[in-house]
This record gives sequence, C-alpha cells and structure tokens, in this order.
Amino acid sequence: MKLACIVSVGFVEEPVLSEAEVLLSQEFGFEVERLPARPPPAAAFDVSRSQWSAVEFMKDLVRIRPPGASKIFGLTSDDLFVPVLSFLFGQAQLGGAAALVSTARLRQEFYGLPSNQELLLTRVRKEILHEMGHTLGLVHCPDRSCAMCLSTSLEQVDTKRDGYCRPCGLSVDTRMRALAEDAE
Amino acid sequence: MKSRWQILIVDDEEVMAESLAAWLREDGYSVDTASSGRAAVARSRETDYAIYFVDLKMPGGMDGIETMMEIRRLRPDASVIIITAYATVDTAIAAMKEGAQEYIVKPCNPEEISLLVDRIIKVKNLQLENQMLRKRLTGQYEYRDIITKDAKMQAILELVRDVASLRSTVLIRGASGTGKELIARAIHYSGDRASAPFVAVSCASLAESLLESELFGYEKGAFTGAAAQTKGKFELADGGTIFLDEIGDISPKLQADLLRVLQERRFYRLGGTAEIQVDARVIAATNKDLAGEVREGRFRDDLYYRLNVIEISVPPLSQRRGDIPHLARHFVARLSSEIGKNVDGIGEDALKILLDYDWPGNIRELENAVERAIVTTRNRVLCADDFGFLNSLLRGPANVALPPVPLQDLEKMAIEAALGRTQGNIKEAAAALGIDRSTLYEKVKKYNIERR
Repeated sequence: MKLACIVSVGFVEEPVLSEAEVLLSQEFGFEVERLPARPPPAAAFDVSRSQWSAVEFMKDLVRIRPPGASKIFGLTSDDLFVPVLSFLFGQAQLGGAAALVSTARLRQEFYGLPSNQELLLTRVRKEILHEMGHTLGLVHCPDRSCAMCLSTSLEQVDTKRDGYCRPCGLSVDTRMRALAEDAE
Repeated sequence: MKSRWQILIVDDEEVMAESLAAWLREDGYSVDTASSGRAAVARSRETDYAIYFVDLKMPGGMDGIETMMEIRRLRPDASVIIITAYATVDTAIAAMKEGAQEYIVKPCNPEEISLLVDRIIKVKNLQLENQMLRKRLTGQYEYRDIITKDAKMQAILELVRDVASLRSTVLIRGASGTGKELIARAIHYSGDRASAPFVAVSCASLAESLLESELFGYEKGAFTGAAAQTKGKFELADGGTIFLDEIGDISPKLQADLLRVLQERRFYRLGGTAEIQVDARVIAATNKDLAGEVREGRFRDDLYYRLNVIEISVPPLSQRRGDIPHLARHFVARLSSEIGKNVDGIGEDALKILLDYDWPGNIRELENAVERAIVTTRNRVLCADDFGFLNSLLRGPANVALPPVPLQDLEKMAIEAALGRTQGNIKEAAAALGIDRSTLYEKVKKYNIERR
C-alpha cells in the first residue's frame, strides 16, 4: 500500500489534521502516517513581509520525507509567500513528493469575519485536493468547479467543489494506479 | 492549448526565478529559467519563447532593459514583461518605451500574473489562428509550407527560393495532382511580389474566345453581352504574378497573343484601342510534354522558349514515396478538423497500403483517399480497412491474363519494376520482392539490369 505522511509545521488545530488524514486515505487510498509536528524552519520568516517562505517549508518537507513515503503533505497556519508573489494558499512539487497548504488565508478571521470551522475544513479539503493533484502531475483545469482550477482568491476557492471534474478525476485515478504499481 | 507556448524567466536570484517558474508550470506552461541577461539571450537564440519575464536589476553587465532590447531584436514577436522590486516611474517609462509589454512590481498578486499571462497567450493564440485562417483563405503558401523530405523536392524548393524574386518566366512541368499550382504560389509568396496579387487561370477549362476575354479583358460593347468595361487577368495581376495552368492546351491564336504580351509587356483589351502596360510575372504550368508538342508543330517554339526560361519539373508521387507518410499525416490533421471528425492519426498498417499504392493521380489522389477514409471510418486512428477501396484498385491489373512468356523474363521485369519504384534502392526493392538482398544482387547481375 502506498504511504503518505502528514506533518504539521507550527501549530495546526486537530480537526484540520484529521480532515487531511481522512481525505488522503479515503479519496486517494493512501496509508496515512502522521509525523511529529515540527517548528517552521528558522530561515523561513521574512521580517520585512511578516510572512513565511514557502520555499524553505518545501525544502524542509523534502528533507524529512521518510524513505518509504511516496508523498509528504505539510499543513501550517502560517501565512506563506514566494518571492515573486504576495501570498500562496499552498504549494506542491509538480509531479513530485511534497505539498503544502496554509490555513492562514482560508480562515474567515483573516478577513475580519466571524470564525466558521465548517467552511474552513471545506476550503482545506479543496486545497489539499488541488496540491495533491499537482504532485500527481496534474496542471490547472479550466473547469471552474473542479478542484484543479486555479484559485488566486477566496471567492475562487469557494466557487469550486471539493472534488475533481471527470477528466481530472480520471487522471488522478490513472496516476494513483501507476503509483501503486511502482510501490509493489 | 497552453503547452505550445514556452516562457523564459530571467532573474539572477534563483529562488525568485524558480518560484515563478513553478507557479506557471502548475498552470500548464512549459517554463525555463535563465540566471543572467546573457544566458537569456543565448537561450532565446535556440528556443522561440512566447513570453519573457525579465528582472530589471541584474548584475554582470546586462541589466533587464538591455536584455529586453536584445531579445526584442532577436524575437520581435515575443512579449517581454519587466519585473522589478523598486517601482519608479522613470524605469517603468523607460521599459515601456523600449517595448516591454507589461511592467510588474514584485511581490505581485498571484491573480495579476495569471491574468497577465492568460491575456498575452489569448492574443498570441488569436494571432496564430488568424495567420492560419488567412493562409487557408488566400492560399498564401510559401516554400516552407510544402511538405517534403525528398531530396529532389528539396532541390526544387531551393530553386523556388532562388527564383522567387526574379522577374523571369517559369515553366512548371509535372503530372496532374503533383502540386504545380502550389509551387507557383510558393514562388509568388516567397518573393518580393508577395503583397501583390497572384492570379490563377486554368487555360484548359475555357473556350478560346472566353479565355481571350478572360486574359486581356474587354471594352463595353466589344461583343454581345459585354455590358461594361472589364479588366482581364493580366491587368488584375499587375505588379504580381499570373499563373497560366495547362498552357499546353491553348489555341494557336492565343499562343500568338501571349507571345506578344510576354515580349512587349503590353496588350489591348478586346475591342479596345488604348494600349495597356502591365508588369506581371508569368508562371506557366503543363502536364504535357511541351517540347514534344513543339516538335509536332502544335505549340509555337518561340513561345515555348519564352516560357521555358526557368524550368521546374515536379516528380510524381510514385517517385517520392518517402513523402507519403508525411503528406498522409498532414492531410489527416487538416481534413479531420475540416470535416469535423475526431481522427487523430494514421496507423502503420494503413501507411503500408498507401506506400504500396501507385498514386496515378498523385498528391491530389492521396488527399482524396485520406478524405474518403476519414469520412467513412469509425476509428480514431485510420487503419488498413479504411483504405480498403485502394486495394480493389491495386488488384485490378493482376486479373489481366498474361501472355505466355518465359519465366525468366517475368522475373527480370519484376526486378526492374521494383528497382524503378525504389529508385535503385536495393534494400527496399528486395523487401518489396520478398527476397533478400544478396539474392537480388545476384539476379541483377544475372539479368544485367541497370540500377539507375
């Protein structure tokens, strides 16, 4: 069976972690192992931007991936950036092993609204599906309701479903099968 | 379709370039990075990137603006987006003045970059589509558009390029369906007359008097039904090229008229009194043996020599069999979208049938066969069965009863035919005959057969 690891980088609330765990095992059929939570990499914080470098997070994830794990999924509450962009909901190695989702901008509180746990978990599911899709080699989908559609704003995240469109779903299945064969 | 377009990111900070590249790759683009202006210019020589993201401040002697200017010189169609960390009005103005399409300040909103790239690609797709449609609409084919890997055809295309900008008359010879008009268009559209009209006249399809008025035009009242003054094809082709197809079929009178136009570059409209001067390059084509027609007195020798300044002889498809797969694939791609059927390609078994067939109707026949196969097929990839109708044509002659001849003569004939078809290629001929190479060598020696 294919193994995927989940790791919390900095503090992440339990419901988010268990949501990720359920999704990876049920949607993709991974055997999921939770690694011990770890602090964000020291070099990741950018004082002038008050944000965290996703690049440093990703490097850390790639380094700590256990040899038997085909994917490693990082979750964080820290607000992520890459140098050229003002923020990120998440990041993944296209066709690679590591992916990362930040809950910072998926929370209602970030926008001065009252907290809504159910909504947060739905958004987390969509972003995990999206980044996992990238690690399986999928690129953005033009279907606005598909989890693989590019979303650069919260409205766009909320527009899509927490599921793939038919063609993306078929690609995910095919690539997961290939992954299973590799594992054997 | 996104993957067709390639993007180059030029930034001395690797993490910057790589993070933007990763972001764009997730969007489905093919992205490369370069760490300096010089590296970017070197890469742009090799690859035709559609979009360049160039960092304004880079060390090493070549800053963003210089890099952009060099790229724009090499690749005028490319779009350059300047990235900077320090927004100043001066640099923005300087960048736009030198031809930057956009100017972004990092860190930028992810949405901004996505929209920007989408917008540029949309315009590029439209430009490409427009070019293709225009080409289809006007038949503006250049020598590059002719599909061939055949050495003889390559030599012809070289000649096409060489003579494109001359004024000399060209005579194109070749069996029907070999693409004589395509060659004529290629000459016209590859030369300095490309922006002027290309006027094609099929001399065989019109009666003598009609052809005369068609070529030279007429004045009002020149004949019954001549209701208004009308320009002829020669006048319409002024500054451009007139293509006279099937020139071997014109009457002696028209031969004389044509000779006069070729010699003096002037003529009268039918019923006209004013001399009209034209500058039209003449390209003529024929599937007849014009020299033979001259010998037999059916074609004027002086006109023949006027026309035959540059002679291009287009080989029949059976002499350039190597091109059959390329042409077939090209027709499948073009016709399946035209016909609106989902056919992606052509299978090896089908190609074998096409390679074995003799194509008396040449490329036109091949195009028609592919069209027929696409229309009738139920497969995504054309297979041998889809070309079954060619088989019945192939088998036709085999049923003809042969007169009794010595077996040796038959063998010799079969070997000569095979060598003829493969232009002397022993390996291919042996494969076609179903014997091995050494056997074929022996038999060639035994029967004293000449290998071209």
